[in-house]
Amino acid sequence: MAENRKRFLQGNEACVEGAIYAGCTFYAGYPITPSTEVAEGMSVRLPAIGGKFIQMEDEIGGIAAAIGGSLAGLKSMTATSGPGLSLKQECIGYACLAEIPLVVVDVMRGGPSTGYPTGPSQSDIMQAKWGTHGDHPAISLTPSTVPEIFTETVRAFNLAEKYRTPVMVLYDEIVGHMREPITIPATGELEVIDRAKVTCKPEEYFPYDDRYLVAPLAPFGSGYRFHVTGLNHKQDGFPTNDSKMIEANNLRVMRKVEENAGDIWKNEEYMLDDAEIAVFTVGSTARSARFAVNEARKAGIKAGLLRPLTIWPFPDKTVKELSKKVRAIIVPEMNLGQMVLEVERCVAGGCETEGIHRVDGEPITPAQILDTIRKYK
Amino acid sequence: MSTAVTEKKQKASVPFDYNKYLRPNKLPHIWCPGCGHGIVLKAMLRAIHESGIPKELICMVSGIGCSSRTPGYVDFNTLHTLHGRAMAFATGVKFANPKMKVIVVTGDGDALAIGGNHFIHACRRNIDMTVLVFTNATYGMTGGQYSPTTPMNAIATTSRYGNIEPPFDTCEMAKASGATFVARGTAYHTIELEKTILEAIRHRGTSVVDIIDACPTYFGRANKYKSATHMMEAIEKDGTVNIRQAEKLPPEKLEGKMLRGILHRVEKPEYCDQYESLIIGKAAKK
Repeated sequence: MAENRKRFLQGNEACVEGAIYAGCTFYAGYPITPSTEVAEGMSVRLPAIGGKFIQMEDEIGGIAAAIGGSLAGLKSMTATSGPGLSLKQECIGYACLAEIPLVVVDVMRGGPSTGYPTGPSQSDIMQAKWGTHGDHPAISLTPSTVPEIFTETVRAFNLAEKYRTPVMVLYDEIVGHMREPITIPATGELEVIDRAKVTCKPEEYFPYDDRYLVAPLAPFGSGYRFHVTGLNHKQDGFPTNDSKMIEANNLRVMRKVEENAGDIWKNEEYMLDDAEIAVFTVGSTARSARFAVNEARKAGIKAGLLRPLTIWPFPDKTVKELSKKVRAIIVPEMNLGQMVLEVERCVAGGCETEGIHRVDGEPITPAQILDTIRKYK
Repeated sequence: MSTAVTEKKQKASVPFDYNKYLRPNKLPHIWCPGCGHGIVLKAMLRAIHESGIPKELICMVSGIGCSSRTPGYVDFNTLHTLHGRAMAFATGVKFANPKMKVIVVTGDGDALAIGGNHFIHACRRNIDMTVLVFTNATYGMTGGQYSPTTPMNAIATTSRYGNIEPPFDTCEMAKASGATFVARGTAYHTIELEKTILEAIRHRGTSVVDIIDACPTYFGRANKYKSATHMMEAIEKDGTVNIRQAEKLPPEKLEGKMLRGILHRVEKPEYCDQYESLIIGKAAKK
């Protein structure tokens, strides 16, 4: 690592640096606002370390090539925004079922449709979980600052490689385009996880070996010849119509995330110890929320902030516990109500809940949040 | 000379061991009686054998459809992807590991309709991969709908009154898109097909082989061909002419016939080579 590790970076640039730090050597994507700087940065950084960058003909080609790159053994990534994420959804489902490690960055802009390309939004929260058809595991990380985009991108690669599944880094246009000071960690300072190596003989290798929850994945071309398909398959990777096997495999794929939620969850709790009113939010909205909580405290209101850095799997237990301690949970989000539905589900009537929603392309202000906090004083 | 003749005789007398390249426990295949896909598969395996490329370094990629089931039956690194996306996945594999020989097995619907964009751009990049398009003018897997190569007026389950969409010429499109090797073969001319596929595999750059391989179950029955063999003769034998023979024939004899053989072959810089020598080189100097 370079001597001068202190930098002043844009969020999307921090994503590039995080990916390089994590060992990403393959990027395929398609330009889309407000994520384009990720592709531009990767096109400069990857060749310099002998890595591969390719701009594909469309969004689908971008993720498809990234899956191919991952199968050939390279840590792979693609980046996009809402409309592109819609196009990539079939391939995301493929990577879930075929269990291909992959990082998908989604810099959220206003929607639906082409919407407001340069305006911030948090309207892909549910798309990140439910965008592809069929039941599937989902991991999505939600950084809120430029340094966090770096660390969460590293964590996304780690989780993708560890659990052989696509992982999304989900942040809004504000965090993607803002500039902040960042100290790039020295090599070894952050944990970097590589996918498990295959040690058995080629003739004994099963790409979906059911003795494992997460079987090791051999790279194509390494002498382990196997089959990969998006059809429901057996442990040897070949398609099956056996209903018992189909169910067992579908459940195992879900269990990879369910049983490891403790390892995947990450929350920041701010002034929650004695809080009577909690704010639950992510991304740039969490920055407004922190300001509002500080202002509320100055006014003698016991407010606090629960900020998940992992939105999927949803922090069910933490929210449920919180609902036992506070009078109300306020959920500000730049959409018409997505995270608030999950909060309501976990709270199950245990405390008051209220969403603050905005879809005009403007950020949710601290004043908006503070006004709502005051209602529950 | 006598040694060469003996060797040739011996070679001919020893039957080709397809099992060396097949996954016998994954057979029987799903293809219908009378379908030419099995003939094409065998020609392809003989060509791969002749190329001498080790199995470990071959990656066979497909999309969705009847022909796209081929990778499941062969003992290579095999990747059965999504409908239309084979060439985009294949681009990723090849670019990530240029040592691999990537062969895409696809159908006309997979490659030219839903995957048309990936097809033309793979050709444009001239990335080293061999694309074998099994052209049967039908969506067989879904029950016989018309495809981008279905002839005008032909009957399909979605063109009961006759097809009004003009078909693509796969080879013209590949050539116009920048593919540096373009050829056509048929399941009927199996020896010629084997040689054509071998040349395609040996070519460095994007090589496309349009393989005319009619579907007896849907296309054949709907369009009143008496039998699979009758259809094969009418479409593949009588409906095509080798490019070398075509040079000697008057234009009226070529009307309505598709040309077979190597139709286009040029040497141009290959994508992965360009990336390695130009991009990586420049980035390293910076």
